Amino acid sequence: MPKSAKVSSLINLIGVFALYFLFLAIFESGIFGAKTDYFKGIATTACYTIIMVTSLNLLVGIMGEFSLGHAGFMSVGAYASAVFTNAIANSGIPDFPMFLLALLVGGAAAALTGFLVGVPALKLRGDYLCIVTVAFAEIIRVCFTNFKITGGGRTMSGIAKLSDFYWVYWVTVVCVTLMFLLIRSRFGRTVRAIREDYIAAEASGVNVTFYKVATFTISAFFAGVAGAIYAHYMTAMIPTSFNFAYSAEFLTEVIIGGAGSMTGSIIGATFLSALPEAMRTFARYRMLAYSIVLVIVMIFRPGGIFGTWEFSLTRLLKKIFRVKGTAPGGKGADAAKAGKTGKGASV
Amino acid sequence: MSIFLQALINGLNQGAIYALIALGYTMVYGILRMINFAHGDFIMVGAYTIFYTAPIMVSYGMPAWMAVLIAVVVCAIVGVLVERIAYKPVRGSGSISALITALAMSLFLENLAMVLFGPNPKTVLKIFKLPMITILGAKIQMKYLLTLGIGIAIMILMNVFVHATRIGKAMRAVPQDKEAATIVGIDVDRIITLTFAIGCALAAVAALMYVSTYPRCTTDMGSMMGIKAFIAAVLGGIGIIPGAMLGGIIVGLIEIFVKIYLAPGWYEAITYGILIVVLLIKPSGILGKNTGVKV
Repeated sequence: MPKSAKVSSLINLIGVFALYFLFLAIFESGIFGAKTDYFKGIATTACYTIIMVTSLNLLVGIMGEFSLGHAGFMSVGAYASAVFTNAIANSGIPDFPMFLLALLVGGAAAALTGFLVGVPALKLRGDYLCIVTVAFAEIIRVCFTNFKITGGGRTMSGIAKLSDFYWVYWVTVVCVTLMFLLIRSRFGRTVRAIREDYIAAEASGVNVTFYKVATFTISAFFAGVAGAIYAHYMTAMIPTSFNFAYSAEFLTEVIIGGAGSMTGSIIGATFLSALPEAMRTFARYRMLAYSIVLVIVMIFRPGGIFGTWEFSLTRLLKKIFRVKGTAPGGKGADAAKAGKTGKGASV
Repeated sequence: MSIFLQALINGLNQGAIYALIALGYTMVYGILRMINFAHGDFIMVGAYTIFYTAPIMVSYGMPAWMAVLIAVVVCAIVGVLVERIAYKPVRGSGSISALITALAMSLFLENLAMVLFGPNPKTVLKIFKLPMITILGAKIQMKYLLTLGIGIAIMILMNVFVHATRIGKAMRAVPQDKEAATIVGIDVDRIITLTFAIGCALAAVAALMYVSTYPRCTTDMGSMMGIKAFIAAVLGGIGIIPGAMLGGIIVGLIEIFVKIYLAPGWYEAITYGILIVVLLIKPSGILGKNTGVKV
């Protein structure tokens, strides 16, 4: 690892910690008084939405295919983890390990589903793939409506409330960092090569199917993790809430932030999960306004608000202190950490 | 036997509704290569128009179904407005932009309806006052046969229209090659607008058929119907007009038969499962032509 990369990792780590302590200070000092829990709830919602939107961005921004069934994978993660924690509820495992286990179970179940869906579905491309993801998500929803263990169409309630905001914060940091590193890795570059020209990529010896299915599976894994957080935050859920409209919401958040920009996804997800709360009084007009904003963004900035731009804390600090980077690898290293900071800056 | 006959008529009726909606999807997709997710919501627009105008029609002594004429006009106007204001500006910026714009318009129409008409479902007054008849021991509602008849008549008319008239020919020429169509003097923009108008008018007729079967309208009634109709269009072969009709009828029949004979809770899963199987075997749909990829 070059020296500059180490420095920027450190800067980003400090940034993430600083933000953590900022939240800690805000929530623990009791500035909001009785409303602290309410704001913590919004922050938790923002966190799992961030994981959902960035994981969808892996598909849309990096692989260049769009899925309209991401809520389906989220529901698999949510239900699998909820069934799991219900099963081991009385085994005496402390809350934190149980939370992590639930996340892993949710992620693994969603990844398995993603793999099973991806193998047949990824033979198709573009609009056809899009409609097949809708079909799979609907099938998943119908399954959860009919299974007894998931409530049989009624609300599944009594799930342990494990999603504490401080834990969720770190889970989000880890997830986004992993996804970001994945994009910048050899794997990510290969997937982007497939996006640009899959025939050329195939001709240069890339196993297109493997990379596509792998990306799809990884994306589903993180959606499952987000689903597990959702289940243990809400403590009650119903299959119909993971419907087409919810999937569409994630896709619009990816596109409005900018497909391919993690910063865009994170800021988009944060704003759109905080906004409904801020605009409670105009609830009737909120979605109306949102749809108009979407159309305007699409007309004037078809690439999304941030395009493919990434925020970098290191770059920002350099700008502030006017320190010139010396190492030739400096720029790449800056960028390599951008997503992580971007995350930190906007949670 | 009598249950079978009843299921068949119900399925065909349901299928005819899907087929009319699927026609709108398929025509728009054929020309613009764009999934118009807002199309389902035109049924909602049509249904609310019928809800508000049918009592007026009755109070002037006209039959309630005449409200569909107003619904056709309203839907066509709304459709053309949506196309001109939202879709036309993003036409050049790629398929994802078009898809997101369509999703946004769907959200817009649903929420506008929520603001204008309120969140409570509305009960539409009885459109057709027709008796039950008994054929081979099966009790069949005459209104099903009537709506089925309307559906089939419109499909035949559509086929004649696109094959025999000049405008119909232009509508088939534009999807094949936009530039060539422009060269031979077809106003592509006009054809696109016309396609939207016709598609939305068909959605209004579908709305009439729907509310005469299930007399309720809600602001989100269109989105699920729209997706099913779109699936019907893909199943039959998207961009192909007879394909949409065939797909619609197949989806309708599957739904009703699975509901009655197999597992009532699973009918949607089975419809989607069949779509997936068909797409994997023949991505261009049942009536579609397979085209290779040019390198």
